[in-house]
Amino acid sequence: MTVSFDILTVGIGGQGMILASNILGEACLIEKRHVKGAETYGMAQRGGSVESHIRIDGLYGPLIAPGNADLLISFDLLEALRYSHYLKAGGRMVVNRRMVLPTSVFTQKLVAPTEDEIIAALKKFDLCLIDADQVATDAGSPLSQNVVMLGAAARSLPLGPGSLLEAVRRLVPRKTIDINVRAFEMGREFGRTC
Amino acid sequence: MERRYLLGNEAIAHACVESGVDFVSGYPGTPSSEVIDTLRVQPVRSYYLEWSVNEKVALENALAAAWCGIRALCTMKHVGLNVAADPLMTSAYTGVTGGLVILSADDPFAHSSQNEQDTRCYAHFARVPCLDPASVQEAHDMIPTAFALSEEFGVPVIFRPTTRICRSKGDVELGEMVASTRKGAFHKDPQQYVVIPAHTRILHKKLNEKQPAIKKKLVALGLNRCEIRGEAGVIASGIGASYVQEVLPPAVSFMKIGAYPIDEAWLGEFIGKHEKILVIEELAPEVEERVRQLAGCIPVFGKMNGYAAYEGELSPLAVAAIMEKAGFLEKNPFPSAVPVQNLPPRPPILCAGCLHRGAFFAIKKVFKDGIYPSDIGCYTLGLQLGVVDTTICMGASITVGSGIAHSGETREVVCTIGDSTFLHTGLQGLINAVYSGANMTVVILDNRITAMTGHQPNPNTGITACGLETPPLSLDALCRACGVTFVETVDPYDLTGLLNVLQDAKKRKGVKVIIAKQLCVITARRMGIKRGKCSVDHEACTGCGTCLRFGCPAIEFNERAEINELCSGCGVCEQLCPVGAIVREGKR
Repeated sequence: MTVSFDILTVGIGGQGMILASNILGEACLIEKRHVKGAETYGMAQRGGSVESHIRIDGLYGPLIAPGNADLLISFDLLEALRYSHYLKAGGRMVVNRRMVLPTSVFTQKLVAPTEDEIIAALKKFDLCLIDADQVATDAGSPLSQNVVMLGAAARSLPLGPGSLLEAVRRLVPRKTIDINVRAFEMGREFGRTC
Repeated sequence: MERRYLLGNEAIAHACVESGVDFVSGYPGTPSSEVIDTLRVQPVRSYYLEWSVNEKVALENALAAAWCGIRALCTMKHVGLNVAADPLMTSAYTGVTGGLVILSADDPFAHSSQNEQDTRCYAHFARVPCLDPASVQEAHDMIPTAFALSEEFGVPVIFRPTTRICRSKGDVELGEMVASTRKGAFHKDPQQYVVIPAHTRILHKKLNEKQPAIKKKLVALGLNRCEIRGEAGVIASGIGASYVQEVLPPAVSFMKIGAYPIDEAWLGEFIGKHEKILVIEELAPEVEERVRQLAGCIPVFGKMNGYAAYEGELSPLAVAAIMEKAGFLEKNPFPSAVPVQNLPPRPPILCAGCLHRGAFFAIKKVFKDGIYPSDIGCYTLGLQLGVVDTTICMGASITVGSGIAHSGETREVVCTIGDSTFLHTGLQGLINAVYSGANMTVVILDNRITAMTGHQPNPNTGITACGLETPPLSLDALCRACGVTFVETVDPYDLTGLLNVLQDAKKRKGVKVIIAKQLCVITARRMGIKRGKCSVDHEACTGCGTCLRFGCPAIEFNERAEINELCSGCGVCEQLCPVGAIVREGKR
């Protein structure tokens, strides 16, 4: 068994998860640490459920075994529940409290759990709920919610906040650096007490 | 040396430039596409690069370049190698002078594919070397070796990454990029390049004579290596080797297979030193079959006696479970974790505003009782709308359609095929359908791009892989040249127009072609094209659910219809609402 720190990031195609995972990878490079990752995307960009595995200090394969993740970052409330079995018992979960209902709820008349039901089911974990869309909008752009999520998770990451912030600066589009730096700091501030 | 966090395919592309690649061709296919997508956007390109129209075309181009003495890379997904199998089999005979690396990416678990075939079987079949990386770094490091092996032995080399290599990421130690400086020159040598029977018999013998030295070299290079630590041994290949190393007990021997063909003497020696052997590999039992041929009475565990599955992909958990079951690991270190059940799924669906949705809706309305052969592309998702009855491989919509039409089936056949797929292998089917007198309607879903694999241009786009303008290809003229007299181009956002053209086609005999032409909604967004979004007039909406059956992710429903922010303003729902309750803001 490795001593890697395993992070599963989940959400819906189009929420900026790939950039978020690249920021984590870049922060590892800044700290001269090994990192492995794996993503599902492609078809998933068309509204599908997306998962990204990141193993900081990982030496072997990129995939995290269920029940073995140290941290779960979810960009959507329902997706947090869908992938919750990946987290270690009592593990840390940083979750955007918004939920996009799957189209299958409307077209196939399937029943989605309510927000309250999901939150109750997630209570057995070390749960941090954040309204990332609102914080991102306050920071200057709703598109920065991926960076808000990283900020909110920063306390639980084995990476220095300076490295994360430097990685954000390096990877976000140049015109949006100020907004994203603010998004990271505001997310981090929220995560401190959450 | 630079260290970067890269996608496997990006690392492979970088390594090709480090190897001084001169010529690049390929056809997009998940999970292989980003290799060329990375190479084609390099700020400085000293190599020739093309997206070819299909894999056979790509490989023949690359083979010719390698005959001219330059280094060529040809990329495709595993099923693309079926299309390129004809030149592959004989290119092993003719050999090459410049290095030829054929990248064929396998997709265990069929994440984005129609089957789980194994490229290693093709390498075995064609008798060419095959490299099988276990990590992103190894994929990078193997590329220069692949070119060098191809040149040393004068044979094409297959490079076989899998989804979890192509689409995984890692911190990769990179080398220096090298500019291509070679100039190709063709040296006439009919005995090598004209495979008439008299020549090919000799070439076949030469190919077979190369095999023993290739096997020895792959061990000498450390691509196949082993460490003896105990009485039990695990032999693993590809990404499976990475999963094994994560849980391997210290007293169990380990052999890593990174290249084929495997040297039997070397493999046999390893097996002979152990009391039992476990083979871990994805897809076909390619290694296991070799092991069983040599193992004698030493017990072998693997797929062939039910310890591992033939299907799907490996994972750390799956590997640990196999090792525990076969007695190579005392206890599976991973906890058993069960996902929460009965959550509504979120499968991929056609985008809001996708041109295909309007086309499918109209087809189903006009040809209610039709049979709908379809093809490979985003539009295969039309399955969810009930307008995709068959999909087997690239280009097979028209051929399956004509086959059904000639079989005595009396219902109308309406097939759908994308523009890139039509140019890949659809055209021959159209020629055949016209020639054989089939009665059917072909709808070419023309979004002017190869969308599903990441928006690669094709001859119909009007630009090359490197962004240069090309002479426009006319699908209309192409179809007419095949002998089709009914060829109509229509905007699938214009529901009335599309329904009229389909009605017209329905009345006629023979092969009818309708080109449903509209930009991919993602391309349109990137180009900055804006359309007024739709909304629902709640006073007028009767809650009949007609728009809901359209299956657009922008349409929600709670007693009354609701349109969310995903709407891209295609306006088709506005046209299909029976009470006019959907209205569009602003202007087109």
